[in-house]
Amino acid sequence: MGRFLYLCASVLDRVMDALSFVQSQVQRVELPNFKAGDTVSVHYRIVEGDKERKQIFTGVVIQRRGTGTTETFTVRKISNGVGVERIYPLTSPFIERVVVNVVGKVRRARLFYLRTAKGKKARVKAAKI
Amino acid sequence: MSGIIAKKIGMTSIFTEDGRQVAVTVIEAMPNVVTAVKTVANDGYEAIQLAAGERKEKTTSKPLVGHFKKAGTTPKHKVVEFKGFEQSLSLGETIGVSLFEEGDFIDVVGTSKGRGFQGVVKRHGFAGVGEATHGQHNRLRAPGSIGQCSTPSKVYKGLKMGGQMGNVRVKVQNLEVLKVYNDQNLLVVKGAIPGAKGSFITIEK
Repeated sequence: MGRFLYLCASVLDRVMDALSFVQSQVQRVELPNFKAGDTVSVHYRIVEGDKERKQIFTGVVIQRRGTGTTETFTVRKISNGVGVERIYPLTSPFIERVVVNVVGKVRRARLFYLRTAKGKKARVKAAKI
Repeated sequence: MSGIIAKKIGMTSIFTEDGRQVAVTVIEAMPNVVTAVKTVANDGYEAIQLAAGERKEKTTSKPLVGHFKKAGTTPKHKVVEFKGFEQSLSLGETIGVSLFEEGDFIDVVGTSKGRGFQGVVKRHGFAGVGEATHGQHNRLRAPGSIGQCSTPSKVYKGLKMGGQMGNVRVKVQNLEVLKVYNDQNLLVVKGAIPGAKGSFITIEK
């Protein structure tokens, strides 16, 4: 049984090696470190026909999920009293840069409670650095 | 039709040059050795026999070891015949990932993941009854009627019913090759292919 597990592990290692190799070939934009709770501005290129413009989306990161090239992050902001969430792939070539405005102090990795929280509870406190 | 034996590595996603994110499958196309060349004169048909995947000699039967020795190679796991190969190959020659170029369209043959004995809802997409109340107590996922009474008074052949699902040969056609990594023996194709990670597949071009 131990030998069988060892074999499985070696096969899995090879599988992961090849996958991570393919993922390492993807061109990535260097992004700053940010986590759930941080307030960020995402500078995103939007192509409409042959025109191109830049959109800056500022809000709180409520989650990061996935690994490698498939990792995404969700930014939430309140626009005209309506909550708006955008999900960005971390390796998207359309992201020009990400600016971390405020580092937040939060106690969990997924801030879905912000969707229903009202008033004072709907804020994220800034971390003391 | 040329082709080789390969191994499914797994799925991920990459961005194309125009910025679209596409789901891709990574395939390891290890070197394939020609272990036999079948000719009309000798065997009655034309084909090329390829073998791939290292295997221990002590777990290989003696006749097979001899067969591989004739081609001047070590024992291999998987042996497949390809008919109508475009290039002419001789015994012991090696082909691999260099057969493919970016932009090629390929077919992939594999064995789908086995799902065991499944009912009609999972196997054929039947809707089931849809209600748990109003007189239903044990037929939420039942197939319903399977035929009429006096005419034809039999169940038609090929009627969709429960049974073994998966673990069958599946061919997926026209998958685009997005990337070829010659040094690593890796292919990146657009879309999904049948089978589990690490399982053998054949690629046809």
